[in-house]
Amino acid sequence: MNNRNARLGFILFSIYLVLYGGFVFINAFAPYLMELTPLAGVNLAIWYGFGLIVAALVLALIYGWLASNPSDDEIDSQSSGDGTNSGESAR
Amino acid sequence: MIYEPSVTAVVVFILFVCVTLGLSFYLGSRARTAQGYFAAHGNIPWFVNGIAFAGDYLSAASFLGICGMIAFYGYDGFLYSIGYLAGWVVALFVVAEPIKRLGKFTFADALDAKFGSRGIKLAAGVSTLAVSLFYLIPQMVGAGVLIQPLLGFPHWVGVLLVGTTVIIIVVTAGMVSTTWVQFLKGSLLMIFSALLTIMILQRGFEAKEPAYRSIRLPSATNLDVQTLQQLPALAGLELLPRQGNWQQSDFVKSRDPATGETLVWRFRRLEDGVVYLDETQAVTQQPDGTKLVNGLPMGTKPGEAVLHPVGNISRLPDNQTKTGPLGPLSFISTLQQSEIVLWGNQTITDANGAKTTVYYPKPTPGRKVLRPGEHPRFMGIRGDKFSDKLNFLSLMLALFCGTASLPHILIRYYTVKDAASARRSTIVGIACIGFFYVLTLYLGLGAMTSGALDVTNSNMAAPLLAQSISGLLFAIISAIAFTTVLGTVSGLILASSGAVTHDLLTDVCGLKLNDHQKVLVAKIAAVVVGVVAVVLGILFQKMNVSYLVGWAFSVAASANLPALVMLLFWKGTTKQGIIVAVVVGMISSLAWILLSADTFTAVYGLPADAAWVPFSQPGIVTIPLGFATLVVVSLLTRKTQG
Repeated sequence: MNNRNARLGFILFSIYLVLYGGFVFINAFAPYLMELTPLAGVNLAIWYGFGLIVAALVLALIYGWLASNPSDDEIDSQSSGDGTNSGESAR
Repeated sequence: MIYEPSVTAVVVFILFVCVTLGLSFYLGSRARTAQGYFAAHGNIPWFVNGIAFAGDYLSAASFLGICGMIAFYGYDGFLYSIGYLAGWVVALFVVAEPIKRLGKFTFADALDAKFGSRGIKLAAGVSTLAVSLFYLIPQMVGAGVLIQPLLGFPHWVGVLLVGTTVIIIVVTAGMVSTTWVQFLKGSLLMIFSALLTIMILQRGFEAKEPAYRSIRLPSATNLDVQTLQQLPALAGLELLPRQGNWQQSDFVKSRDPATGETLVWRFRRLEDGVVYLDETQAVTQQPDGTKLVNGLPMGTKPGEAVLHPVGNISRLPDNQTKTGPLGPLSFISTLQQSEIVLWGNQTITDANGAKTTVYYPKPTPGRKVLRPGEHPRFMGIRGDKFSDKLNFLSLMLALFCGTASLPHILIRYYTVKDAASARRSTIVGIACIGFFYVLTLYLGLGAMTSGALDVTNSNMAAPLLAQSISGLLFAIISAIAFTTVLGTVSGLILASSGAVTHDLLTDVCGLKLNDHQKVLVAKIAAVVVGVVAVVLGILFQKMNVSYLVGWAFSVAASANLPALVMLLFWKGTTKQGIIVAVVVGMISSLAWILLSADTFTAVYGLPADAAWVPFSQPGIVTIPLGFATLVVVSLLTRKTQG
């Protein structure tokens, strides 16, 4: 398994988990906070919702940017079982 | 409402189906081997695969269901958008690359890569089938619901049409044609949703006088029939005595002696004590099966009545009447300060068995429309009951964990060349799906204020919104909604056919098949699953099946995710651990759902209080249970493996 990517993925996943968890817990236990309008007359519920969608994309792009390609690295031992180069192509 | 099947809609629709089928036949020669049929030779470009992810994932529930829920209840539908997208973070960061490296054709492959155990294949194959079937039923029913108003065909024709088209797509070229159909659908859905959103913003808002009568009662009016009869606004109408279940309600009925029209009026009490009497729309289901609208037969001829389209802004900020074009943020901030007429409903049964559903206007301030907790399913978060809050957490957890465990999504990782392509295509998928989910908010709110909603059918909100802009757009959006069903259903049928052929027949039963036989068996399996889906789609017609998608997410998250994650991150995992975790996760989540208040009321018709479990969504209990089971069983069986 590609440890570098797995570690990176785990860090980014944790960041998102905190953001998402924050959203869910505010909704469940302090829903009135979601009615505040911090900016541009748009309430926190919408800002936080949009924010989560944008955050997912930004974290995904960071991951795509920083992750290493297994083909560049040493071939890792567990990848021998995959079917990608099986040569079963029809044509 | 009565829908007129339009010629444009039929033409656009036939065009879409022909293009889809033509594409499949064109690609048909490319899937003669098992590698081609199940995984499109692993040579789909990552960008195409990314859009196909969107085409696979954005089901009718996303497009029609979420838009409809936002249009009728406001923000709450958007919670689903957020949860459905969040699941992709798990897919990208945790699941994508390992599953690509470990497996060949199916989810069970990846789970079983280390152990080569028939038990794992059996458990994972069965859970794939169960999840796919739960997901299939609402899609098929959705196809019927969609085609009825659109083309004027009965429900079963719609289901049969989808079933046949999808079986042809899957059988001709397996994953190759499925991928390109999903790519096509994903692109079209994205482009036209964006166009529709731009048109909504361009149109802006307009405050309109409501189409229903609303009478402000003089203060301290006695709310009995004799007093109300004296109101000048009700002159010419004869108020009927309130009997049976109507006595306890907020409703009073009137009859027009000239036309025979029976209207239901509702008392709307404001916080400051003022009471309004609002005209409502009522549909009565008679014991003999006929339907009455406001006491008259449904129809457009004289002496008949139809329901009016609804959905408008009653007051804009600063008492404007029209805003003109709005930006994406000013659209929301304007709505926040406006007052919108939403529609609620209540059903009352008479002594003779006639059921009347009253659809009544609820003028609602924009700040309430744009906050969570207005939909009955989410109201609990504003209450004090801890179990209601747990229910909400449980749902959001299932959405978060479910996506990365859905078999029809996971098999898409085998269509690209390597782990890096799997990663890149997931990023493209997240970008598209995220963009679309942002648009759902605008589409839903646009539909809410379009004046075109059908009070009886929230699924039609998005197509009707398009209709309020132009007839051609209605035809295109409806046809896209239909291809939405095609794309998702073909992915699901392919996942099921893979589970049956590759996991269950070949690996579990030990059937020896050469490559060509395997493809043949897979095609037969696809036809069988397709036929089963058609039959279930027709049988379940009368039931509200949208919650089945929720089942699929909960079962997938409880059965598949613990096994997958622990296999990747804990070296102590044993094969017995995986098997038992999949089985326990699947059975416990199913049992929980079958014993929940939601199922009691929606399926068995029993009171919600009789339910055995404290809240309806199983995720928060059964996902940890799956993990715990895996750890305990693995620890117990570790020694025997040496």
